[in-house]
Amino acid sequence: MSSRVPLTYGKKVIELFKNPKNVGKIEGANAEALAGSLACGDMIAIYLKVDETSDKIIDAKFESYGCAANIAAASILTEMIKGRNLSEAWKISWKDVSDELGGLPQVKYHCGVLAVGALRRAIRAYYEKRQKPNWLPKELSQEERHALEEEKLMEILAKRSQK
Amino acid sequence: MIYSDLSKSIKELIEFHGIPKREVYLDYENSGLIIPEALRAMEEAYKFNGRGHPSITHLPGWLSYESLFKATSIFASIINCNPEEIVYTHSGSEANNLAILGSAVISPKGRRKIFVSSIEHLSVIFPAERLEERGFKLIKIPVDKEGYIDLDFISEHVDDETLMISVGIVNHEIGTIQDIKALRDITKDKNKEVLIHTDACAALGRIKLDMKELDVDLASFSSHKVYGPKGVGALYIKEGVKLEPIIYGQLSTQKLWPGVENVPGILGFSKAVETIYSNFTEYKSKMIELRDMLINSILNNIDHTLLNGPYGDKRSPDNINISFIYCEGEALTVELSMNGIYVSSGSACTSRVLEPSHVLLAIGRRYEEAHGSLLMKVTPFHTKSDMEYVLEVLPRIVNRLRSISPVKPSNR
Repeated sequence: MSSRVPLTYGKKVIELFKNPKNVGKIEGANAEALAGSLACGDMIAIYLKVDETSDKIIDAKFESYGCAANIAAASILTEMIKGRNLSEAWKISWKDVSDELGGLPQVKYHCGVLAVGALRRAIRAYYEKRQKPNWLPKELSQEERHALEEEKLMEILAKRSQK
Repeated sequence: MIYSDLSKSIKELIEFHGIPKREVYLDYENSGLIIPEALRAMEEAYKFNGRGHPSITHLPGWLSYESLFKATSIFASIINCNPEEIVYTHSGSEANNLAILGSAVISPKGRRKIFVSSIEHLSVIFPAERLEERGFKLIKIPVDKEGYIDLDFISEHVDDETLMISVGIVNHEIGTIQDIKALRDITKDKNKEVLIHTDACAALGRIKLDMKELDVDLASFSSHKVYGPKGVGALYIKEGVKLEPIIYGQLSTQKLWPGVENVPGILGFSKAVETIYSNFTEYKSKMIELRDMLINSILNNIDHTLLNGPYGDKRSPDNINISFIYCEGEALTVELSMNGIYVSSGSACTSRVLEPSHVLLAIGRRYEEAHGSLLMKVTPFHTKSDMEYVLEVLPRIVNRLRSISPVKPSNR
């Protein structure tokens, strides 16, 4: 049975929802990726400008279609990764994103997951035509897997409802 | 999340949000605001004529009984039935549950089919689904793009095994006004034993309701949807129709719903209904004017918008349900709130479930269209200036959210 639980956002989430940082595309981005879908009701695009010699993230931006938590999670993640190496950025988990936002409500954990999923896809995209570093796992990480599962599930549900 | 954490973060959220300078409350689907006439009736009841238990032999009891009977008589005369045909519950959801489960518990052998429309309120759908788990056959009646039930489907499928049909006279989300009389005639023509239930919670105060003319067997009502207090529902049970209680305890004046009656609430409810119907013609045209002002202006001035439900006279006077494609509804509700405009959405996010509104999916809306929907209900007490304020704020918010989105109308 579906239920409605009270949903309270922290101050930080609302602040970033109202005034998100790093919104938009990057001119000359050398990595980008998308997670989620319109059918899911949430979708995050991450754009990265990476310094080719040091693998340092010079600039990071996002676009988001989704709820307040979704926008806030993507916004704070871009702030967390700017100036970091890709290997450091890879280590950021959905929990780190949630903590940085002052804690996401449980039903909004997936917003943190989706943001990290999009970032890790972007990092993989960056190494697609480059020498892959040892720290980059071959298997999908938890966040990437969850993003993929959500996308697949919604595709099935959306198709079924159109019948 | 544990309760103490929740209360701390909600306090912080409310402080940060602040009380907006201007407020327009339009979330009458989820929780209505009470009108002063009803509030005064309740205050008087709590102070004097509604304090006692109406079944006890002392003055406060007799006073409660007398005022309860008077309130019920007023309500019954407005919907044209006998006071004895009304049973109070404590919500519209309870009234719907009593109608569905109370009929099923004593269903005759071989009568195990229950029809509900695919756009009913969840307090109709969920009890029907519980019955399905217990061996009943649940049939969901398909609807067209405007939410009208398929009457041919009913005439094809209703048979000797059918126990009941439940279709709301006004849909709570998209405002479709169904032809319940046609539904009844077609059904009774196939099998006159079939019980007809209509959820009238979204209809009361918006259209005229006459139980004799509608000739249904059961009809549910909710107080707070008609600007009365929360905590009062009612079920009309046509004389001669048999139901079984679904909860047990000491009965009082209510045949099927144990526990002490919410007398002050019932007095407030009856007063609210009386107030609305004494001014019905004026209130109805006021609502239609405000509704159409919002609908027309939004559809004309904001791109990529879709009206959910029928247009014009076929739509409930209070209902506005519009999808803003490429926007997510929960984000819209949060930002509108910060501007003092309170609405709800059919997005999956607002109800914390995976799938968006079952009503919008049933009329053929795609997921992204349902996620971007806003539901607003106007009342006779709103003003044109309230609507102007909404129309000033809303486009700005829609544009901002669309500007953040990776999916732009142009690249689809």
